[in-house]
Amino acid sequence: MATPLVVSDVAKSFTMHLRDGVTLPVVAAVSFSIRAGECAVLGGPSGAGKSSILKMLYGNYAVDEGQIIVQHGDGLIDLASASPRTVLSVRRHTIGYVSQFLRTVPRVSALDVVAEPLVERGEDREAARAKARSLLAQLNLPEKLWALPPATFSGGEQQRVNIARGFITEHPILLLDEPTASLDAKNRDVVVELIAAKKAAGVALLGIFHDQDVREAVADRVIDVTAFAAGKIAA
Amino acid sequence: MTDEPLLRVSALSKFYGSRVGCENVTFDLWPGEVLAVVGESGSGKTTLLNCLSTRLLPSSGTASYRMRDGQWRELYRMSEAERRFLMRTDWGFVHQNPADGLRMTVSAGANVGERLMAVGDRHYGKIRATAVDWLSRVEIDEDRIDDEPRAFSGGMRQRLQIARNLVTGPRLVFMDEPTGGLDVSVQARLLDLLRGLVTDLGLAAIVVTHDLAVARLLSQRMMVMKDGRVVESGLTDRVLDDPRAPYTQLLVSSILQV
Repeated sequence: MATPLVVSDVAKSFTMHLRDGVTLPVVAAVSFSIRAGECAVLGGPSGAGKSSILKMLYGNYAVDEGQIIVQHGDGLIDLASASPRTVLSVRRHTIGYVSQFLRTVPRVSALDVVAEPLVERGEDREAARAKARSLLAQLNLPEKLWALPPATFSGGEQQRVNIARGFITEHPILLLDEPTASLDAKNRDVVVELIAAKKAAGVALLGIFHDQDVREAVADRVIDVTAFAAGKIAA
Repeated sequence: MTDEPLLRVSALSKFYGSRVGCENVTFDLWPGEVLAVVGESGSGKTTLLNCLSTRLLPSSGTASYRMRDGQWRELYRMSEAERRFLMRTDWGFVHQNPADGLRMTVSAGANVGERLMAVGDRHYGKIRATAVDWLSRVEIDEDRIDDEPRAFSGGMRQRLQIARNLVTGPRLVFMDEPTGGLDVSVQARLLDLLRGLVTDLGLAAIVVTHDLAVARLLSQRMMVMKDGRVVESGLTDRVLDDPRAPYTQLLVSSILQV
């Protein structure tokens, strides 16, 4: 089976120059791979570095060491050393990401926030909006909110906009950072269904889920992040 | 997307006597890409912008631009007339102060139409129709077309300046603090407008700003400057979420939370 994402020996630390250059090690020797059609879950307590790993895989955090090999188009690229331009292309076509919080843009409607990733990939705006409508309906976001900018929405409403935005495209790899944190049970079930549909479509998924029910419903396996604790290697 | 950049800048430096304006700046800009240049005042970002737009000649270094016919031209070896033609047709320059980029004593319509005439349009009806179309794209009512920009508010002037720059379908736009000095509500509207236009027209842009939120909203890539040098560069969200250079960390940690 295809393995579109291979992470090997990745390390990450933060150097705080404003605090006398103190270095905070986060993770080291992170190694795993994700196959097409499976959903792996990063496990471990808060602060273990789960979100940092996801952010490195999305190019949002720099990588100190190691390689992140991604199947991008017909070739393989190392995201850890890729140019900004390549990372942007990977985000447009290969890796999707559902963040914990929605970063809103003033004056842009919820519908267009959701449709935007498709428009960026060259899809017709009206076709993209039609898909956005069906996803927002599936996630039970009241129709009267669709034309409004999401800045004033509640946490759960914003999160559903965010999920719709992440799931609307057909990226072969999808990263999920606690997509169900502020959802009620009914909408959590919708997300579980959406994830199952992605798996069936052969998407490789990697997520963080603190909600145990959701985790058990979607996870094919758990990657224990405490095994990658920085400093453990030296010990 | 094409596989060739639009602009190639190599080891560009500008000295004012013994003082450094900007030093050893190297980057490529691709079509459709928005690059933000951030840093505090005096960091050399405006000097860099003025050198790139050939309003200022650098002390050393090169910049080449891929013309519409696909030919690469060395910017600082072009004749003054060629540079001016480029500036009027294929480039735009949005100044912080709209009065620097507009003709304040001719009508709004003429401000937009003038650039069209510069590229050879002569048909009055067509020019006026295009001007009306562009005014509406920047959300200025058609019935203001014969008013002088002197009679416009600051936000409207800035939108008119943008229309004037974009009407010739440029491929590269330089912007110097495009939202500086505007109310936040006016700023939000302008940013939203710029974002939409840049995406719809596939423009490449170099935006100088000291406002990191503006950079986050408009740009995909970012260069952080201090004392004339680029101290950090990369994807905008990477630089802002995982700043590595001491100066970038200081900038990011100085943002006020609302």
